[in-house]
Amino acid sequence: MTETMIDVQNLTKDYGAYVALRDVSFEVQKGEVLGFLGPNGAGKTTTMRILSGYMPPTGGSARIAGFDVFEDSMQVRKRIGYLPETVPLYTDMSVWDYLGFAARLRGVSDRDNAIERAMELTNLTDRADTLIGKLSKGYRQRVGLAQAIVHEPEVLILDEPTIGLDPKQIIEVRHLIKSLAGEHTVLLSTHILPEVSQVCTRVLIINQGKIVAEDTPEHLSARVRGAEHVYLQVAQPKPEIPTELEKVKGVLGVKAQDLTQGVYEIETNLGSDRRSDIATMAVQRGWGVLELRPVGISLEEVFLKLTTTEGEE
Amino acid sequence: MRNIWTIASRELNAYFVSPVAYVVSAAFLLVTGLLFSLIITSTLDASLSPTFSNITFILVLLAPALTMRLLAEEQRMGTLELLLTSPIHDWQVVVGKFLGSLVLFIVMLLGPTLLYVALLLAFGKPDYGPIVASYLGVILMGGAFMAIGVFTSSLTQNQIIAYILGLVILLILWISGSMSQIVGGGAVGDAVSYLAITQHYNSFLTGVIDTPNVIYPLSVIVVALFLATQVLQTRRWR
Repeated sequence: MTETMIDVQNLTKDYGAYVALRDVSFEVQKGEVLGFLGPNGAGKTTTMRILSGYMPPTGGSARIAGFDVFEDSMQVRKRIGYLPETVPLYTDMSVWDYLGFAARLRGVSDRDNAIERAMELTNLTDRADTLIGKLSKGYRQRVGLAQAIVHEPEVLILDEPTIGLDPKQIIEVRHLIKSLAGEHTVLLSTHILPEVSQVCTRVLIINQGKIVAEDTPEHLSARVRGAEHVYLQVAQPKPEIPTELEKVKGVLGVKAQDLTQGVYEIETNLGSDRRSDIATMAVQRGWGVLELRPVGISLEEVFLKLTTTEGEE
Repeated sequence: MRNIWTIASRELNAYFVSPVAYVVSAAFLLVTGLLFSLIITSTLDASLSPTFSNITFILVLLAPALTMRLLAEEQRMGTLELLLTSPIHDWQVVVGKFLGSLVLFIVMLLGPTLLYVALLLAFGKPDYGPIVASYLGVILMGGAFMAIGVFTSSLTQNQIIAYILGLVILLILWISGSMSQIVGGGAVGDAVSYLAITQHYNSFLTGVIDTPNVIYPLSVIVVALFLATQVLQTRRWR
């Protein structure tokens, strides 16, 4: 049974003449992790600010757990954990005191346990007494995350949660978000594309205030792809290799990418895997296969394709 | 009430880890202490009133320094976004901030002046009435000043601007006492003299507590905090 936790209908927001969001509609089911993807200034932060109750929309409606974000703002705020783009930290407080303050604001009764749990999940336990002003960017980001989960909210709204973290911390935070999914519903924004494919169950690409695509990360890649690509590297590059390869059933075209290195890019029919046929041929002809792998079109390319065609309209 | 106290107690803690509270408190006590000793040694009168009548101007200068940080810094640091998306009303944020500064004012600025009272009691026979009334008067006036400071702090991200705006408003209220004499009688003169802080405050120093003089600072507090809440709310629309 699914339960719609975030329900956004025809949301519009304008700042005077500038339209930040136009007619944005989407739904997030309980337990989903929805990735909100878009270039800077696309309307990600605006959407999240509206959902968190920070600012009202100009038009349309948004409901969280059935409560309107504007009419029943207090009910909504009790149910969300929100990490704004600028992490809201008091630099003069210790991590423990700050999380205690955040917990008190949300009316958490068993504060000590809630703080300890949030610090454990974000790997902050050894920094409990450190002043936030003395923490590095990565730690501050984690304190921001801890603040958002200290009251175990039903819905988490995270605006660029991994920004400023080092690669190891990014992986930790992604694991954390994944582990929170299921129990919690997560809406996160990012412009780091691999993050979306790793963490999110569904992606929403937004550009210039409008949703341009909505699907699972895999489907999105496939949609833009049009054909499968295979990467082949051989030890003995020969001039006849491309024409030979094109004889393999299902191969549409072969491009020699780097003749001295023996690198070829082979395009095959969508939905077919011709790797074993290609390998058989390469072995029979004694080309000496060094590497053979499928090339997935990256989300970067999907993203660029979607957001640039949109811009050219 | 719990929400208000959450905000107020955080504010109090923040005061004690920053040097501002100590500097303001030290400045206040240095000046009032000097005044007290000079006045006592020259008048030999066991009364607090002459000292307290000079507090008005000292507070005009110092009160905005205590309040300038309150909302300006929250806006500059982005922490206002945390408060405004927590299950707490905008007015509770404002009142919490105000109470934090008022408690600090009472504890750090007025608290130590009880030493003067102790000295009066040890070496003379002071009249209790004016002393109690003076403290009530100074708390009400301080509260009005703090509320105005909370309001000016809501207007900007810049603490210095918040201080100057607060100072200007308080100076205008302070000089309106003498302005009313220039304006003379009539409705305008009455209005200007009603605004004068000193006029309402000075009657407390003589030991008189009457309703209009209590209502004046209370209404300043209500109006200033209401305006600050409105400013926070309009901030959401931008």
